[in-house]
Amino acid sequence: MFKKNDSASKALLKKTAVTKPTKSLLSTLAMLVIFYVVCMILEAAGAISFTIQNLLIDVCIYAVAAVSLNLCLGYLGELSLGHGAFMSLGAFSSALFTNLTRDTIESDFVRFLIGLLIGILVAAVFGFLIGIPVLRLNGDYLAIVTLGFGEIVKGILNVTYVGYDDTGVYWSFISDRTGLDTMAGNAKMVINGAKGITGTSKLSTFTGGMVILIIAVVICGFLVNSRTGRASAAIRDNRIAAESVGINITKYKMITFTISAAIAGSAGVLYSHFLSSMTAVKFDFNMSILLLVFVVLGGIGSFKGAIIAAVLLTALPELLRGLSDYRMLIYAILLIVMMLLKWAPKSIELREKLKQKNERYRVKRSLEKKES
Amino acid sequence: MSDTMLEVKNLGISFGGLVAVDDFNITIKKGELFGLIGPNGAGKTTVFNLLTGVYKPDSGSIVLDGTDITGMSPINVNKAGIARTFQNIRLFGDLSVLDNVKIGLHNQYSYSTLTGILRLPKYFRVEREMNEKAMELLKVFDLDLSASFLASNLPYGDQRKLEIARALATNPKLLLLDEPAAGMNPNETEELMKTIQLVREQFGMTILLIEHDMRLVAGVCEEVTVLNFGKILAHGPTSEVLADPEVVKAYLGE
Amino acid sequence: MSFVSYLIAGIGLGSIYAIMALGYTMVYGIAKMLNFAHGDVIMIGSYVIFLAVGKANLNPYLSILLAMVFCTVLGVTIERIAYRPLRKAATLAVLITAIGMSYFLQNIALLLFGADTKSFPDVFGLPAIRFADGRLTIPGITILTIITCIVIIIGLELFINRTKQGQAMLAVSEDRGAATLMGVNVNSTIALTFAIGSALAAIAGVLFCARYQALNPYTGAIPGIKAFTAAVFGGIGSIPGAFIGGLLLGIIESLSSAYISSELANAIVFGVLVLVLLIRPTGILGKQIQEKV
Repeated sequence: MFKKNDSASKALLKKTAVTKPTKSLLSTLAMLVIFYVVCMILEAAGAISFTIQNLLIDVCIYAVAAVSLNLCLGYLGELSLGHGAFMSLGAFSSALFTNLTRDTIESDFVRFLIGLLIGILVAAVFGFLIGIPVLRLNGDYLAIVTLGFGEIVKGILNVTYVGYDDTGVYWSFISDRTGLDTMAGNAKMVINGAKGITGTSKLSTFTGGMVILIIAVVICGFLVNSRTGRASAAIRDNRIAAESVGINITKYKMITFTISAAIAGSAGVLYSHFLSSMTAVKFDFNMSILLLVFVVLGGIGSFKGAIIAAVLLTALPELLRGLSDYRMLIYAILLIVMMLLKWAPKSIELREKLKQKNERYRVKRSLEKKES
Repeated sequence: MSDTMLEVKNLGISFGGLVAVDDFNITIKKGELFGLIGPNGAGKTTVFNLLTGVYKPDSGSIVLDGTDITGMSPINVNKAGIARTFQNIRLFGDLSVLDNVKIGLHNQYSYSTLTGILRLPKYFRVEREMNEKAMELLKVFDLDLSASFLASNLPYGDQRKLEIARALATNPKLLLLDEPAAGMNPNETEELMKTIQLVREQFGMTILLIEHDMRLVAGVCEEVTVLNFGKILAHGPTSEVLADPEVVKAYLGE
Repeated sequence: MSFVSYLIAGIGLGSIYAIMALGYTMVYGIAKMLNFAHGDVIMIGSYVIFLAVGKANLNPYLSILLAMVFCTVLGVTIERIAYRPLRKAATLAVLITAIGMSYFLQNIALLLFGADTKSFPDVFGLPAIRFADGRLTIPGITILTIITCIVIIIGLELFINRTKQGQAMLAVSEDRGAATLMGVNVNSTIALTFAIGSALAAIAGVLFCARYQALNPYTGAIPGIKAFTAAVFGGIGSIPGAFIGGLLLGIIESLSSAYISSELANAIVFGVLVLVLLIRPTGILGKQIQEKV
């Protein structure tokens, strides 16, 4: 009854099940390693200015953040406008830690590493807590609620005051600063309400950023090609069908969302240890929209695309000064045009035509090959 | 061990005063191929949605192979042993054919998220087992050479088959097919009949199917229940029921 | 007395949110999309009035009319260019396009008018009214806002229930396919919805800016989101719902900035949104919809 030969299907199995996704992950990693090596060589040759050094760290921050949103948008199928807030939580919690332990932990590396873990953990915990209510919603409502969550985080951080003196750490909430006024000798503010966090040591490096980026890409790449990632993609494609085959919707949405939030948190850690001072306003929904631009331009679901878009869109306006006035406008147009290109009936028609033409050309060529 | 697979008693549901299904009873024996027919709007899909936990019944009970599954969530109904296909095909369109089946296998094979992220040896072992099992299933449906295609790129008939394969991957006791021949031409229907017979023989599956195509019903079902306006109109062996003047009247009008 | 004056201020602010929310709720109900750019249409409308009154010394009421016309054209154009081609696209694609449109309008305004906050002229010049021997003062603009809002709500209800176009809107919101079969022109009905929503945006814009007497390219964004929140709060797609949701949101915001912290007011408002969506995702007056299997 089944005349197809076994070895052919086995070969196919090997090709489809393992190679394809792994290949895309490998090529992304190769791209990153090459990028890193080239930058290091250029630096050794003295061809990299201070500005460009900073730009490279910037690029890493946004690339990591874009990877995190791509996981959410591409594999959960939900648009979170709160990823800026997860960055913010990672940034503030880690910077708070590294500021307070400046004198107790001597090694910068250890301090940064613990700070990084704290930032990731805090973002993950909030991702989980926010996920509980938010992931019951979908589409527009989810986007709006995550946006609202971002505003809440921003609002609360804007009225948070933390300082320390020789005797210990003091904190206060809302403009009432009681508790802080008792601070004595060597008093120093760490989080100063709307003025944000100041005096963070610059611990982020290009190498550190690249390591975090590569780890993030590997985690995402492995995740989406595992049982969990498949379940998540199934929910994205058809929630009702996923339920009908016994997939626990809430569980897998939560896992994916939490991991995504954690990665955004790590981008935040890089951010806060890149600038010595920063405010919560930096992470409002404009940040979330910026990440959205990266993901959409890179092609939703493509980690490589998100990274390339983040690198290009972060680096170009800095390098081409003339562009910087128009960059936001260009981003906006890009968002609209990308969606229209993908979904407008006329563009779909055109794509079909091109595809057919391509197909015909290929058939013709293979026929020609046979003849010759 | 009783030989009853599904026993439904007095099942009923209404939506805002409209009685969609009322006093619905069926008993399906193990290994039986059972048909549920009736004119459009008779409440057939509603029965499916009740059986699979999409809707919670207002009254009645559903017992699957000795387990009461009344009011369970769709996820638990599936875990209890009912798998289904949909009238309007619901595949995971952006995933490969192979992945569609592997998602069906999700609850039979297990490793943690962390194992997946860290690529521990268990990941490779379980994934290999899943791949082999999935390919085995695909081969039964003659879909093995399309394993790497996106599900949404399959031709219509193959999409129907893939949906059945995915449902079978969940290792069900009872398979519900919601109008599997909808939108098919006679040739495709012919092939589908073979597929259904094959599923029954190879997997020893108990099947309940909703269908409009009387040729298919007459061709494969042993027993049918006719539903009209949410109520059972007739029940019995297929040939007898299809000859019943009441049934003919319900379908063709007077 | 201060509580009463905060309450009235809240009702005034809530009335503005209600007018804004109408634009969101009608478009959501009929075109099934979240028009993220609505808040920015409000901002553009305010700039039109700012220029007309402040720079060209036009009559205020004529300026408002001009802004309404401008916003209507803008809204319909946006719908035609960016949203109509996506009518069959995934929700996410439409949402992203709308976000892009919002961002586009903000940045156009940024380039044209600069980032600085303009002092918005006192367009109406209404006197404040004093009650209880001057212990309670209500600004004229607040009273005007409340009256305008009520007039608009009643007008819209009449329009939808009494006119053919209004009935067409109801039909499209219920079932687009069936409406098409009944001879309703879906495209022009949706365009009309955008036209009405955008005209209202101009009114909301002038009332909002007259209240805060400030205008910058981001003026529309957060109030717009809050107005959408109000629409969800009241039950998306429902006109009385937008009114109730707007009022409640305005009162919550006014009272929390008075008694808790003005910096936290936004956070509290969004906290309420999260709570509402948790407890009753369909809002106060919304109806339950289950996905068909």
